[in-house]
Amino acid sequence: MQKLLLLGDEAIAQGAIDGGMSGIYSYPGTPSTEITEYVQNSQQAENRNIFCNWATNEKTAYETALGMSYAGKRAMSCMKHVGLNVASDAFINSAVTGVNGGLLLVSADDPSMHSSQNEQDSRFYGKFALIPILEPSSQQEAYEMAFSGFEFSEKYKVPVMIRITTRLAHSRSSVEIKDTKPQNNVSLPANKTQFVLLPSIARKQYKDLLNKQTVFEEASNNSAFNQYLDGFNKRLGVIACGIAYNYLLENYPDRIIPFPVVKIGQYPIPRNHIERICKDCDEVLVLEDGYPIVEEQLKGFLGNKKIKGRLDGTIPRDGELNPNLVGIALGIKQSYGQPVPEIVKNRPPSMCLGCSHIDVYHAINEALKEYTPGRVFSDIGCYTLGAYAPFNAINSCVDMGASITMAKGAADAGLVPAVCMIGDSTFTHSGMTGLLDLVRNNTPVTVVISDNKTTGMTGGQDSSGTDKLDKICIGLGVDPSHVRIITPLKKFHEENVRIIKEELVYNGVSVIIPQRECVQTLTRKNREKFKK
Amino acid sequence: MKTDIILAGVGGQGIISIAATIGTAALDEGLYFKQAEVHGMSQRGGAVHSHFRLSDVLIASDLIPMGAVDVILSVEPMESLRYLPYLHKKGWLVTNTRPFNNIANYPETTEILAEINKIPNHLALDADAIAGQIGSSRSSNIVMLGAASPFINIEFSALENGVRKMFESKGEPIVLANLNALRAGRKFAEENK
Repeated sequence: MQKLLLLGDEAIAQGAIDGGMSGIYSYPGTPSTEITEYVQNSQQAENRNIFCNWATNEKTAYETALGMSYAGKRAMSCMKHVGLNVASDAFINSAVTGVNGGLLLVSADDPSMHSSQNEQDSRFYGKFALIPILEPSSQQEAYEMAFSGFEFSEKYKVPVMIRITTRLAHSRSSVEIKDTKPQNNVSLPANKTQFVLLPSIARKQYKDLLNKQTVFEEASNNSAFNQYLDGFNKRLGVIACGIAYNYLLENYPDRIIPFPVVKIGQYPIPRNHIERICKDCDEVLVLEDGYPIVEEQLKGFLGNKKIKGRLDGTIPRDGELNPNLVGIALGIKQSYGQPVPEIVKNRPPSMCLGCSHIDVYHAINEALKEYTPGRVFSDIGCYTLGAYAPFNAINSCVDMGASITMAKGAADAGLVPAVCMIGDSTFTHSGMTGLLDLVRNNTPVTVVISDNKTTGMTGGQDSSGTDKLDKICIGLGVDPSHVRIITPLKKFHEENVRIIKEELVYNGVSVIIPQRECVQTLTRKNREKFKK
Repeated sequence: MKTDIILAGVGGQGIISIAATIGTAALDEGLYFKQAEVHGMSQRGGAVHSHFRLSDVLIASDLIPMGAVDVILSVEPMESLRYLPYLHKKGWLVTNTRPFNNIANYPETTEILAEINKIPNHLALDADAIAGQIGSSRSSNIVMLGAASPFINIEFSALENGVRKMFESKGEPIVLANLNALRAGRKFAEENK
């Protein structure tokens, strides 16, 4: 059997390739990016002609995957947890349409917010959509869930979610590979109205989905991913979801856990195992990375005191789990090394030496000197680091695209000039519709699209709008004389400040596009060239 | 037999290649391992670390518990101190002494070295200087791997093969530069530990 050394993300990608996937549709987002990148770099995927270009955002990605499923083939869509907010309209409704070819959604959560603006738990979305969820505890399980997930999805005719967290996504281990399955041929759904969610059809389909719930529960009860592991000490029972199982096991060096354990890898939660552990044990500790979703279901509104976890403070309410937190919850004494010396200072991330965003911020800050502070709206990308000193250049970061629209709202309220700072990839992801809102009202906002010709923060993926940004803005109706392309370099600083100032006083929509390639992707390209 | 390692440094300093080298060696030796990396935001010049676990039996957690680390391998001196709560009282701290100063309030080097000297088992070396001396100036991270190698339960020859495999796509001169770096680090450790 072949063994590969894979990140959790890569294990999912390899599992999907081997499981007969025909297309992967994603928008980059930490910690999910490496799934799609792995497929893009896989010779096997290329030989199998698997579609793997980046999508413009998570919603277009998921909808395209759904279209491939409609046509009978197996498709996967990958995103970070907050990306699922963007794709949620399509996702929730796809549970009602059901699928034709197998459809897997991978949502990668980021508890402790290593690279995110919140730590929302995607399992809520799975439950909200009323579909099964798979949650691996290891790279091997991640591989197997992706591998068998398409068949699972086809068997029950619903999309299936694979939920992982940062730790598994970015942890590497060896994975045993299975024989590759063939891809599906094109075949349309037998029922030609299955995907037509007109109310009269949707009502029927929704009832079908509700009726499937008992079937999903039965599947969970019998799933090999859910296990009841008996223990001799019934004082406590432990329910461990996904990767939390590893932290539980870590606390018992001889690998013998004295308490009964329910290991959960598939949802809805397995009623048979849960009923048994709650009946047999005096107290039940729930270990889950993310929100206390299983705990809340078991505790109920009236608060069953037997259930321990994040809600009663046995485990902290927020943040990623780790072996020590689990050990403390189990009452096992933890040993610690020495404290961190006081001289050790925080070292937050910062923009790279030579980054174009730095020159853009210097110019914006100088152009805005004569105005009161607090008027720059931004969002998600490397340029968010402009919030730190020495720039202190932005006043908001909420979600992809919120820079333009929040600037509009503030301008409508009378904050003129209002400025927006958005990146090129974020602009095509979720900024174009906001710009159209500005154009419709000719709102006086100065939109700066800092174009480094890539999706920088996630490591330099292609961006859908590269070399088309000015045309997109003009096409959306911005007056061409107020679409200004500048070069963010020190030597053009004075000129750039002058141009920004001119647009700040213009009583309408302006777009300034500072264009200079990301130093990281440029260095990489030059290195490739040198190699040749 | 197990070695739990925290690899520490600043985003962009190459700790992922150190981890990948040990990983390649471990796979060849038939050892179990898990390696939790840091991707994303912190890679932009922030503090980064990786948990690397090596064992001849199945490993449970991707994260190493506090107080259980056998080796802190840091390519930057201040970063070596950030993970002390993880270090076992018999564990080793192996660090580069060359500061990477990209923050306004970076402490005095003498203060950092004083803190490092308080750790019972420590090995501090200027890996950049050693890499420069042997003409492998871009391989200071592999010098550090060499310096930490006596404390990692894996054959040195397996690490050499790991380096070879890691760098072979970049051509023989780069392979040799990194092998020299690995050996120079090892030599320093054997003479000074």
